Amino acid sequence: MATTEKNRADISHLVEQFKAVPGGLLPLLHAIQAEIGYVPDSAVPTIAVGLNLSRAEVHGVISFYHDFKTHPVGRNTVQICRAEACQSMGSRQLEAHAKQALGIDYHETTADGGITLEPVYCLGNCACSPSVRINDDIVARVDAERFDELMANLGGAR
Amino acid sequence: MSFYIPQDTTALACGAEAVAHALQAAGVEPVRNGSRGMFWLEPLLEVDTDAGRIGFGPVSSKDIPSILDALEADASSHDLYLGQVEQMDYLASQQRLTYARAGLGDPVCLDNYQALNGFKGLKIALAMTGQQIVDQVKDSGLRGRGGAAFPAGIKWQTVLNCDAEQKYIVCNADEGDSGTFADRLVMESDPYQLIEGMAIAGLAVGATQGYIYLRSEYPVAHKLLDIAIERAEAADFLGDNIQGSGKAFHLEVRLGAGAYICGEETSLLESLEGKRGMVRAKPPLPAIEGLFGKPTVVNNVLTLAAISTILEQGAETYQNFGMGRSRGTLAIQLAGNIKRGGLIELAFGVTLREVVEDYGQGTFSGRPIRAIQVGGPLGAFLPESQWDTPLDYEAFAAIKAMIGHGGIVVFDDTADMAAQARFAMEFCVAESCGKCTPCRIGSVRGVEVIDRIVANEDRDNNLILLHDLCDTMEMGSLCAMGGMTPFPVRSALAHFSSDFTGEVRGDN
Repeated sequence: MATTEKNRADISHLVEQFKAVPGGLLPLLHAIQAEIGYVPDSAVPTIAVGLNLSRAEVHGVISFYHDFKTHPVGRNTVQICRAEACQSMGSRQLEAHAKQALGIDYHETTADGGITLEPVYCLGNCACSPSVRINDDIVARVDAERFDELMANLGGAR
Repeated sequence: MSFYIPQDTTALACGAEAVAHALQAAGVEPVRNGSRGMFWLEPLLEVDTDAGRIGFGPVSSKDIPSILDALEADASSHDLYLGQVEQMDYLASQQRLTYARAGLGDPVCLDNYQALNGFKGLKIALAMTGQQIVDQVKDSGLRGRGGAAFPAGIKWQTVLNCDAEQKYIVCNADEGDSGTFADRLVMESDPYQLIEGMAIAGLAVGATQGYIYLRSEYPVAHKLLDIAIERAEAADFLGDNIQGSGKAFHLEVRLGAGAYICGEETSLLESLEGKRGMVRAKPPLPAIEGLFGKPTVVNNVLTLAAISTILEQGAETYQNFGMGRSRGTLAIQLAGNIKRGGLIELAFGVTLREVVEDYGQGTFSGRPIRAIQVGGPLGAFLPESQWDTPLDYEAFAAIKAMIGHGGIVVFDDTADMAAQARFAMEFCVAESCGKCTPCRIGSVRGVEVIDRIVANEDRDNNLILLHDLCDTMEMGSLCAMGGMTPFPVRSALAHFSSDFTGEVRGDN
């Protein structure tokens, strides 16, 4: 498949770029994810050889961090803050609403592939809670109504 | 007339971009400044007028035409008019050292920074020996602002004393505690101050490479830091030959990947080395065997930011703020269910009540405050009887609480404290690195035992079991994650025991 081959070429290219960087595995994984959207299992042997690590070590790092995905995600990632400041302003209700409105649980993607829902522990916007992150945009004071509006605004992008 | 509309995360989250567009549509090009940290007023529009720098807030794009009209006639007649921003009580009553420049101008404008005393501390440091710089830091009484409050000068001395080919300065910018945004505000409103502090640290201990370990949840800070580092390099404030001194210091931002534990310094070092963020046993101290096994200074953003002030204004000036062994200023972050949340920089010693009542003006919901959590997810929940405690490291330790990184999260009377205690354990399950058993297994059992207590299952015995489990976690864990998760749990049990009966509370 053309996509798989392109992914393989991208991964090899990035491994070359990061293999001499001290402690380069995390920057490499971020770069792969930025390029492909996730870190495919097939990338693990290439990374291991390039960085002179065992496959177990590479797998161990990928699975340790919440950010790294091993499967394709939706075109948009929506994160709801679960931390205490947001809880004090009703994020538990917001979580329940979001799951119901999108028809998915955390770590799942809507059937149309538009949205992946994730929890997050703190976006640093704690004086204007509850906070939601949509891709790289953070939105303050999100209640159920505002959440629906934000999802509707994703419109074509979904 | 110059117009200012912030580009920090909170202002953007509240709609600052749309306000900027509305200004541009009206033919006005605003300066994108940092935030002042008065977050309930964001987006805060400031205008330089003959009558001083006045503010309007919180503004939305649709307010722009009427504000522009009012500026032509009588600005004070506008509903959102705030008067002169720097004379507002919230700001005027603060003792701003670290945040003196926050919100004044474009955060990545190098000329601005230098015009406001920026890089003066670095220039002074360039004329000193490493030992002289370390002595200044010791004399200032500065203690680490990340939470552990270890004297910064002693840590630096240890690294200076080590004989090594390579040493490192690592900035802990993995600000993961809920209710905290002080690091973010420095990085987004005054990033050069952090860069300057790190360069001084490098000169002091003989380190030529620095890393800022930044959490991935801060995309705006990431963008601004990268720009600031590039410009500082171009102007020789970083690089191989700092200001022609022949001394080198290189700086790079490294992104975390969503693991709370990487805010713990040894876990952070593992992560920087490209590994799982597993906590290391101490000793060896990172100051002796840190990043890649080399002597390393690991300091929080606020600790390093304070360094430029200490060098510029002198150790004694800094030392004159504060109480007891807590010297200098504390960046208090007021968050959660609060009417006027934001950044409040004050000398140590102000009471919690003064902060939440005078600055915060009570809850956002308008209901009574029930509990206050200070110091992030590992901090105790404080009932009203403890609100007169002064913000001082030792005073908080005496009531089994902690100041930590200075975050204050307010809960109103609808909060269910049994649910919050359960969440503390649940959070530990999700974020434990897994290296030590009390933390990894203890947190899982903690959730189960709290569920049984709330369900009234063999209640008395399960309460004994929960305290026993908390003892094991406190005394047997390798780091503060497992060691302090019992703090919120025990304080909720001690002060809000009625929430653990499983009955629906009748007051709402």
